Parts: sequence; C-alpha cells; structure tokens
Amino acid sequence: MKLLSRKATCNSHGQDSSYFLGWQEYEKNPYDEVRNPTGIIQMGLAESQLSFDLLESWLAENPDASGFTRNGESIFRELALFQDYHGLPAFKKALAEFMEEIRGNKVTFDPRNLVLTAGATSANETLAFCIAEPGEAFLLPTPYYPGFDRDLKWRTGVEIVPIQCTGSNGFRITESALEDAYQLARKQNLRVKGVLVTNPSNPLGTALSRQELNLLVSFISAKNIHLISDEIYSGTVFSSPSFVSVMEVLLERNLANTQVWNRVHLVYSLSKDLGLPGFRVGAIYSNDNTVVAAATKMSSFGLVSSQTQYLLSAMLADKKFTKHYIFENQVRLQKRHAMLVRGLKNAGISCLDSNAGLFCWVDMRHLLTSKSFDAEMELWKKIVYQVGLNISPGSSCHCAEPGWFRVCFANMLEETLDLAMQRIKDFVVSTATKSSNTGRSHHLSSKYSARKSLSKWVFRLSFHHDSENER
Amino acid sequence: MEMLSKKATCKSHGQDSSYFLGWQEYEKNPFNEDTNPLGIIQMGLAENQLSFDLLESWLARNPDATMFGSNGGSIFKELALFQDYHGLQTFKTELVEFMAEIRRNKVRFDPQKLVLTAGATSANETLMFCLAEPGEAFLIPTPYYPGFDRDLKWRTGVKIVPIHCSSLNGFRITKAALDEAYDEALKLNLRVKGVFITNPSNPLGTTMNQDEFNHVISFAVSKNIHIVSDEIYAGTVFDSSKFTSIIEAIMDRTLEKTDIWSRIHVVSSLSKDLGLPGFRIGMIYSNNETLIAAATKMSSFGLVSSQTQYLLSKLLGDKKFTRHYIQENQRRLKKRQQVLVSGLQSYGIPCLKSNAGLFCWVDMRNLLSSNAFEAEMELWKKILYEVGLNISPGSSCHCTEPGWFRVCFANMSQETLNLSIHRLQAFVTSNGDGNYQNQKLSTRISRRNSLVVS
Repeated sequence: MKLLSRKATCNSHGQDSSYFLGWQEYEKNPYDEVRNPTGIIQMGLAESQLSFDLLESWLAENPDASGFTRNGESIFRELALFQDYHGLPAFKKALAEFMEEIRGNKVTFDPRNLVLTAGATSANETLAFCIAEPGEAFLLPTPYYPGFDRDLKWRTGVEIVPIQCTGSNGFRITESALEDAYQLARKQNLRVKGVLVTNPSNPLGTALSRQELNLLVSFISAKNIHLISDEIYSGTVFSSPSFVSVMEVLLERNLANTQVWNRVHLVYSLSKDLGLPGFRVGAIYSNDNTVVAAATKMSSFGLVSSQTQYLLSAMLADKKFTKHYIFENQVRLQKRHAMLVRGLKNAGISCLDSNAGLFCWVDMRHLLTSKSFDAEMELWKKIVYQVGLNISPGSSCHCAEPGWFRVCFANMLEETLDLAMQRIKDFVVSTATKSSNTGRSHHLSSKYSARKSLSKWVFRLSFHHDSENER
Repeated sequence: MEMLSKKATCKSHGQDSSYFLGWQEYEKNPFNEDTNPLGIIQMGLAENQLSFDLLESWLARNPDATMFGSNGGSIFKELALFQDYHGLQTFKTELVEFMAEIRRNKVRFDPQKLVLTAGATSANETLMFCLAEPGEAFLIPTPYYPGFDRDLKWRTGVKIVPIHCSSLNGFRITKAALDEAYDEALKLNLRVKGVFITNPSNPLGTTMNQDEFNHVISFAVSKNIHIVSDEIYAGTVFDSSKFTSIIEAIMDRTLEKTDIWSRIHVVSSLSKDLGLPGFRIGMIYSNNETLIAAATKMSSFGLVSSQTQYLLSKLLGDKKFTRHYIQENQRRLKKRQQVLVSGLQSYGIPCLKSNAGLFCWVDMRNLLSSNAFEAEMELWKKILYEVGLNISPGSSCHCTEPGWFRVCFANMSQETLNLSIHRLQAFVTSNGDGNYQNQKLSTRISRRNSLVVS
C-alpha cells in the first residue's frame, strides 16, 4: 500500500517549474553589492521594497501598534486569546476602507463580507474549494502567475483551462479567446465553474480595460458561472488609466444585488501594496453570503495572527498615513518602472506598455535563436547563468508565445537595477558582436577595455560555461 | 448546475454540533462578573488563561521582541519580506528546544524535520492531505475533540472510524477496540491509513499509558499504517514525568531503526501550553523526509506570520523564562483542576482521574433521567439555560456512553470557577428529589471507586 497520498508524492505542486528553479539558482549564488558583486540578481521576485522607510517611520511614531498596547494599556491577553475566524472587527473595518481608498472610493466594501486568510495564496485556494468540485475547471487568461498551478489545483483537484492571449493585441482578453477556452474545456469534458483573472495582471503589469471587464461580466452572466478577480496588485497602479475594479463595472451596469453580483468574488492581500508578504494578510470579498460563510469556516486553516491583525488595524486606520503611502509608493513605482523600460530600450529591448505591478513584461523574441520554447529556455538559461539575472520565462507563466519574460523592478536598490540594465546591455551587445565576429578572444578583449568592473564577471562567464549544470 | 461546491454547502464542517451551538448561546448571554452576573459561564472553551501575567511581565522586560528588534527599525524590513515556508530558523530552533524541555529532554527534535503551520488545525488537515486519499480512513479513539470532524475530514475527504473506548476501564485504548475499529472500516470498504491519537487526551485529560502505547504501536506496525500523535496538550501535564511522547515510546521499544519510524508524525501548537491561540502557531514533526517536503510546500496555505515567529523566537529563546513558565504553569493548572474535581465530588459528581489538559471529563450519568443520549441532551440544555454553564456534552465528542461532559477550568478567574461549581451544586441539590436520582445517588459511591484508574 502506498505510504503517502498522491498529493504528497506527485509534482502537481508545480514547484519543479523554472519559476521556482531560477529562484533556487539565485539562492545558491545571490548578488550582494559588497560580498558577491558577480552573483545572480533576483529579478524574479515580485516584491516591493521601495517604501519601507514610510512604514518604519510610522512604526516608530506609533509604538502602541506593535507593543500590544492600546492607549497605553496592555491588550496582550485579549489578542493572545483572539482566534475568532470572523477576524478582528477593527482590522476588517480598516482593511475594507483601505480597499475602498485604492479604488478611488468608487466602490464600498462591507467588512462583514470580508474573510481574512493567511495570504492571497490561502484565499485563492479557499475560493476554489468553495466554488468547484474536484475535476471541475476555472478559465484563466494566459500568461498567468505560475503559483496558480499549485494554489488553485493541487489540493482541490480543480483544473485550469487557459484563455489564450497573444502579443498581437497586447495580450488583451477577447470574446473569442473566452469562447475558445470554454469550448476547449467542454471538449475535455470539464465543467467550467468560473473565470479567474488577476487585475492588474501578473505578469503583464496591465490593468484590465473597461472593455475587458465588461466582456468578462457578460461572459459569466451568459454562462452562469463565477468570476474571481485577484486584485492583489490594485494598489500598484502608478499611471493612468486608474484602476477599475470589476465591482465598479457591476455597479455601472446596475447589476448590484442581481444573480451575477453574487458570483463575483475578489481576492486581496497586503503583500504587494504594503510590501508585507511575511505577515500573511489576505482576504476574500464576496457578496454571496453562502460563500462568505463557508470561506469563513475554511479560514480556520489559515487565520491571520491576531498580533498582526492588531498592528495593521492601527496602521490602516491612520488615513493620513495610508493616503500619503499609497500616493508616494505609486510615485516610486512609476520611477522604477520608467528606469527599467528605459534601460531595456537602451539595449534594444521593448516592454509591453504597462501601468501597474512590480514588473514588466519584456519582449525578447528578437533574441531567440528560433521561434520556439526550447529557444526561450536556452535564452533564459543564458540570462540566469551568464548574464546573472533571474528573470521569469514566459513559458513558466503559460504564455502561448515564446520569447516573453517577466522582469521585476521593485525588489532591489536603484544601483542594482542599474547594474542589471548594464549587464543586459552588455549581453545584447556581445550577442550581436558574437554573431558578427569570428574569435571569442577578440570579443573578450574589447570588453575588458570597456569596463574594469566587468572583468571578474567576464571571467566567470567562461568558467560557468564549462561547469554549469544543465536543468 | 450546482453553483457552489458540496464542501461549501454541506454540513460536514460539523459546526452544527452542540459543541458549537453551546458556544453561540454563550455569545448571546456571556457571564460578566460586573455587567452580567447571571449570564452563561463559558466552560466549553479549552483555553489557558492562568499564566498571562508571566508572559506580560516578560514582554515588559523585553520590548525589542515586539518592536522588531530595536525601536521599530532594524529588522522590520527583513521580517516583512520573510515568507519562506521553511520558517524562521531561529524560531524553529527555539521551538524544538521548548518542545524537548516539555518532554523532560527525553526526546530531541531536529528543526529541519519541523514544519510550521497556522495552528494545529492547519497541521492536522495538512497531515491528512499528505497521508491519505479522499475516501481513506483514520481510526480515532472516542471520545475525541469535535473539531476533528472538520479538520480531518471536511476538505480532505478522509473518513474517521472510531475506536470505541469505555468507562469500564477509564476510556483506555484496548487491543480489542483497535481490532474492532479496523474490522468496521473493512466492512465499510474503507482503507485504513493510520491511527490518530491525542496525547494528552482531549476531552479526557489523561496521558497515554504504556499498555496503550504497546497496543497502538504493535497495531500500527502489524497493519503497516501511520500514527499521528496530536500532542498539543503536552505542556499542560501537571507532572512532566507522567507524559510520554510517541517518539519516546518508539525509542523505548528500540524501533527507531525500523519502518514504523517514518510513519510516526507529531502535531503540536503553542495555543494550549502558552495560551496563545490567537497567534496561530502550530507544527508538524516527522522523520519522514518526503512527508516533510510535501507538508512544507502545503504550509504555503497557512504560514505563521513572520512578526509572530520573531516574537516567539525571542520568548522561547529565554531559557530561564521557559523553564520557570513550564513549571509554574503546570502548578497552577494542577491547582485549578483540584478545585473543580473536589468541588464536583463533594456533591456526588465524579470526574475521570486525570493528570493533564485544561478540562475534566465529568461523570454526570447519575443526573440523567434515562441512560440515553436524548437524556444527555436534555441535561445539557438544562445546564446551559437553567444553570448557566456552557459545558460540552459527550455526544459532541462521539462518546459511546451518554452522561459524560467535558468541563473546562482554566479559561476563567478563580472566583468564576467557584461560582460555576456553586451553581452546579445548587442544581444537583435541587434535582436530587426524583426517584431515579435517589437510586443513582446511592450507587454513586461504588461507581466512583471503580473510576480510580491508573
């Protein structure tokens, strides 16, 4: 008899994908300005490290929030005992208002319809458990966050059927793509229970247009299915058009309190907007009371630490702070984004036009040796091992076309981003030069004269070529 | 087409059981010494509120632990970004030492074999996902914690088959009961993947003895199945020398180099020992590497907040404090238990002899109007609505005999406990008039003697 379950021994946690493998390579040889300047720069981690100073100064000014005190009195006991899966009321209220703020107060959220979960990872899995039986399916537009293969499918038994989006129209969701996906599911004998979109998109960095949102609402209406909108990046929209939540579109179409109103669910988290992934703060918002009730009970399996709920209830209740934070954070994101776009352009590489997220969707199709995913992998390995940048290949995001990569810009210092841009530029130049030069030594000597700081790195280039492990 | 899944709409979360209903009644009319002195006293919640003063004074002496290092500056960023499912190494190191301390250092734990989860609730569910397919079964001795019906079965599809324990031998697990449960599973066409024990037991408050270990271990060895040992109450044993972890039991039988070693899995938490259920700190410990790898990835769905991991790494790192805390906490628990036991006994209500936990397993069979679960429910409602005590009826714990109740003693002040005993005493006295009750009263003494078990 098999000792462990299939779930424990199979690979459907999806963690053998390149998304995670690149991460591992980085862990073995992480860049450090001082101790390991030729190491791999992590550009595969969608984290925001740009605004910690704002959070740190708030904490210094508000010691009560971390110190288990309220107005100088200890509430340690109260918090230590608080395990109510309905969540700390003050925190849910503050979180709901924070979510409203991010949406320009165009939508209102009732804290009673909010379910707290240990991160969006937990929220997404919980919604899948609530909406679908094992073997049923969700439609997801490609490219999508690689973690979904684990979060939505692994323990739930739910299937994902892709809605193929292509570069020809900026990866926008089209009616025919939706319909094709639905038919594909039917052909595979999969009952479709809903569509899951990430808005703003990971990995595209684009906010869904009103047109796409309307399309989605009409589609789920017609098919009588659910829509999950993972809005984890909603606070990272840094330039126009401003963020439009699907909830806003429902209101515009006078669909409040109709059947479709109950089939639209949001997922949120403070991991991207506030840069607090370690604190495990996620949420589900639904207008369907049965979903809220079931998800609330399921949240028992991943509650948010009461210590953390309290800290954040105080922080988010400080409206002066949150307003300033949201604004300033977006300014910094925009600046970084512009830096990356400019740097890549300088290397002859373009990005998908984007206005949100912590990354760019980068077009490296012209650097492929052939229009294939093998060539994409080949290019990716070169970039990880030779150029020393861990970026995420489009195939790990289920992109239908080879040659696209997600490159993060908010999880490092400005100087490091600069260095990354320089490395890419040098790589592109050397690739171009290589194809037009005969000898390698000629190429190398021109590099040596160009940049002294690159000498160690260049040496490593040839060393690595001999010893790298093929994956 | 069904709009939502069966999981979302069914009742197998088990939350319509009386365990949760009593809780709801309490919420509607909660006792408060000042504002609601006639309200319902919560005696259905296994929480430890006896030693907060020790924790609070530690916090007052160690502000850095909550202030992210020094003045809110230094390690905040590091913690805010830390979402590695391998957990904060310093925390895991301190945690395994704390767990070893509770077990008198008879067992040492390797932090690499520990998986952190958001509470034992998450740990137990995760283990089920890893050890069994939907439709497979675990055997669990009755009576058991009502939450298991949700935690082990709901989303996993795993089945529970009870190992019936009886008051005749103090609810100890017997070989016959194990075999019967296994046969029952076969009859139901269920493949048994393991035995799930809670040691110390909830709701019994007893620690497993050597006979029971012999039965369970031989059984698991011969059937080639797992043993999951939920040791969440290990720190509540009044006398540490009386607690044996499953790991120690295996080592005592020199089985560490055999197959069974990789089929032993321990669950624990800081919710009962330290009284911190709100912080969601649970864990899985196992020597099975494949299991640890899978459970680690699964913990993504319920990680412990890094802010909390840091605080606890500091607290548990203070060995002088933990040693004192463990001892003092146990002393206070023992004292409280004695207050409850003697208070009930003086009015003819015996308790199962226990040496751990935050509750007593109380024998109210002589207060039943008949030897039936309907009578138990009737009595439970009287106690809830008339006496004003929320206690947990044995049926909610799947006990096979009516008349037993779990009564918590550590989640209230001394005065409130005294009041609850007084209320119960008044109830017993006023109900002692019926014939059935009179007969039962006289047999109480002889029955009480039979309950003095090892």
